[in-house]
Amino acid sequence: MSYRTLKQASCSLFGLLASFAGTAWAVTPSKLNMPRGVTEISHEVYGLHMLILWICVVIGAIVFGVMIWSMIHHRKGKRESANFHDNLRVEIAWTIIPFVILVGMAVPAAKTLIKMEATGDAEVTIQVTGFQWRWRYDYVDEGFGYFSNLSQDSNEARQMDSGIDLAQVDNYLLNVDNPLVVPIGKKIRFLMTSNDVIHSWWVPQLAVKKDTIPGYINEVWAKIDVPGTYRGQCAELCGRDHAFMPVVVIAMEQADYDAWLAERREEQAGEAEALASDRDWEMGELMARGEGVYMSQCAACHQPNGQGLPAMGFPALTGDSMSADATRLAEHIDIVLHGSRVNPAMAAFGRTLNDLDIAAVITYERNAFGNETGDVVQPRDIGAAREQ
Amino acid sequence: MSSTATAIHDHDLHDDKPVGFWRRWVITTNHKDIGTLYLIFALVMFFVGGAFAMVVRAELFQPGLQFVDPQLFNSFTTMHALVMIFGAVMPAFVGLANWMVPMMVGAPDMALPRMNNWSFWILPFAFMMLLSTFFMDGGAPAGGWTMYPPLIFQTGDAFPFLIFSVHLMGLSSIMGAINIIATIMNLRAPGMTLLKMPLFAWTWLITAYLLIAVMPVLAGAVTMLLTDNYFGTTFFDAAGGGDPVLFQHIFWFFGHPEVYILILPAFGIVSQIIPTFARKRLFGYEAMVYATASIGFLSFIVWAHHMFTVGMPLAGQLFFMFVTMLIAVPTGVKVFNWVATMWRGAMTFETPMLFALAFVIQFTIGGFSGLMLAIVPADFQYHDSYFVVAHFHYVLMPGAIFAIIAGVYYWLPKWTGYMYNEFWGKTHFWLSTIFVNITFFPQHFLGLAGMPRRIPDYALQFADFNMMSSIGAFGFGATQLIFLGVVIACVRGGERATARVWEGAEGLEWTLPSPAPYHTFSTPPEVR
Repeated sequence: MSYRTLKQASCSLFGLLASFAGTAWAVTPSKLNMPRGVTEISHEVYGLHMLILWICVVIGAIVFGVMIWSMIHHRKGKRESANFHDNLRVEIAWTIIPFVILVGMAVPAAKTLIKMEATGDAEVTIQVTGFQWRWRYDYVDEGFGYFSNLSQDSNEARQMDSGIDLAQVDNYLLNVDNPLVVPIGKKIRFLMTSNDVIHSWWVPQLAVKKDTIPGYINEVWAKIDVPGTYRGQCAELCGRDHAFMPVVVIAMEQADYDAWLAERREEQAGEAEALASDRDWEMGELMARGEGVYMSQCAACHQPNGQGLPAMGFPALTGDSMSADATRLAEHIDIVLHGSRVNPAMAAFGRTLNDLDIAAVITYERNAFGNETGDVVQPRDIGAAREQ
Repeated sequence: MSSTATAIHDHDLHDDKPVGFWRRWVITTNHKDIGTLYLIFALVMFFVGGAFAMVVRAELFQPGLQFVDPQLFNSFTTMHALVMIFGAVMPAFVGLANWMVPMMVGAPDMALPRMNNWSFWILPFAFMMLLSTFFMDGGAPAGGWTMYPPLIFQTGDAFPFLIFSVHLMGLSSIMGAINIIATIMNLRAPGMTLLKMPLFAWTWLITAYLLIAVMPVLAGAVTMLLTDNYFGTTFFDAAGGGDPVLFQHIFWFFGHPEVYILILPAFGIVSQIIPTFARKRLFGYEAMVYATASIGFLSFIVWAHHMFTVGMPLAGQLFFMFVTMLIAVPTGVKVFNWVATMWRGAMTFETPMLFALAFVIQFTIGGFSGLMLAIVPADFQYHDSYFVVAHFHYVLMPGAIFAIIAGVYYWLPKWTGYMYNEFWGKTHFWLSTIFVNITFFPQHFLGLAGMPRRIPDYALQFADFNMMSSIGAFGFGATQLIFLGVVIACVRGGERATARVWEGAEGLEWTLPSPAPYHTFSTPPEVR
């Protein structure tokens, strides 16, 4: 059989399998197998996976078949053992034949890999930054970005002995507050980096998995064919909450995406205005905003109820902590802005949050969980603290 | 070694074994006693590492967090790996080598007996130090056994203890390796040319060279971690001009030869057992030696296949993909030769043979998934998923550990002078084989369906297979208590073993009485 007919045969085998799978499989992932995915590349990857799987199955069937046949028929008592223990021709044959099979696998694999590495000519560029333990997506061309956290209901349900019925939680552990939104039919380039430790951004349906590494910018691309919601997770161990930083990508038709972008731009404009204004913010406004910031940035360690996990080195924000002590406001602002000098788990949020958000979250922490300092922190206080 | 100070000379012991715990075990230089110490230590660590795995599987039994905090979970996965690799599998192989290599090549003892003592006695201290980290501020290391920076810098007080215990393990391994090379190169009996050596001695010789080549690399890598953390260097810190990926390259330059260190002696054990029970010489002896050497060589140039997702240049990815696929050729040769050895033999299926045959099948399954992992575009999907967990457990657990168990059953009568209980041995085999496959086969599906590794909690679509896997793991763990019972019973007594023990056994070690006398081949045997 020539290589050509072999190729045709394997193609038709795929065709058969693909038709079994149907298009529904593209959206509802199998529990047993790799998803075919929703990009041309992911289909190729799936094809390579099935090709090598079947090659292994066939070789396995032959080798194990011979072994089992031998185990049944070449037992003691049935016959005397033979005396042969060497055969150069056989040895050469079972060196060469596997080599040829390997070359047959290496060629299509290399072709796909070359395509995967061609990140040029992107139409949309998105920077993905890994944080402990959330993602940040920056729309480089649009000049805005946001954090994407494990959704609140999953976060509550995943606490030790939460007692919450996980089946009632929407996409338990695979749902976020702010998903990544992208258009279909466009070549999207992802620039991958990290703020702290190494993470890995994985969406099986896109056949994309790339490490985000501090000090590196990795590139990877995807061109999604089918609108839908595609879920994945962080794949590289990144500390305590590695399991709790899912990836959710929503792929939209271009028109929907444009509308979403317009909405976001408007929001950004409002945000910029709020930041620029030097007005005094009310306690209520800051508390409402601060709660949102707290839940997305702080609750993973300090817990939604502010009690922390002292055994893990995540202190409570109540009792005799600085957030409950009216005389220690400056210290509180300092630790949120610059991180802890003694506990590396407390990050420096001055790098990632704006003055308004920091003012809001500090106000929230000082007046929630039973704390009653009555402090109202204004953005300009944070600006002043940054200057120091 | 003589026991000049002992007044009592018990002739029933056959030999002049030193009396008293201190003299017999602590300051011993006898290769058989040190081999026994290594094997006992490995068995203890096998249960310690196994207990950690039981905690991991208990937490993963169902979704949601039930037993351990995520940080502690990470400590358990990290320590499970370190204990199993450096505490169970490697010392078990060194123990088997200590016992068998001198007898196989006709040597009176290991070439460097005092160093042999030292290389063992480092280990209990290294592991006491490592295990004590569970009680330290910040807990045991939780950054994975691969110790990737920057995450590993978040380790608490355990950090320097982790580094120094790795140094000690490396020291122990290097000394063990030097000893095996020195023994094989210098103490072979007259006429025992290299190409007449049993395959177990051959695979260990090649393994020893791998150890000497790569353990210093690991020591260097972890020392760089130490100086980065405490002395202001920035080898792996991008902010200081360093490179976190550099660590991964160095680590896996150690790590890939390391995985062959964990499997080549297993190849050797199986290559002893299959010919014995097939009553037929090993097929393609020389091809087996050359295949082992090729695998050893290739292991040095494939390291980056552990890190395809870090973003290497295309040329690098292609190189590492092609070379990795190439490993399938010599590995295939070995499997084909084992099958050809069985072919038209006169087989019986005692416990060692059962474990050896299960090794061949299950290791090959792990080899197939390894071949799949070499295909870079597909690896982007498999990498760091449960597919990888299934792959390396297939080659290590029903692979390397099955081979070690096979070796123990095979040589136990030679060590103790008694036959083990065949019924319980076979029971141990069948339960182990059933449970180990229930544990690890479903993990292939979990990984393909998108479950990442090293997570304490998971989405609901992964629940069924995780529960199955946990049940298998509990069953496997409990089954190993049978093994413990069989070994203890065999040490205490049983049917007397003959010198040859097995009808088809060939080689110098089977010319000695069972149990093997305390001192053997004081006068070198002649090998023709």
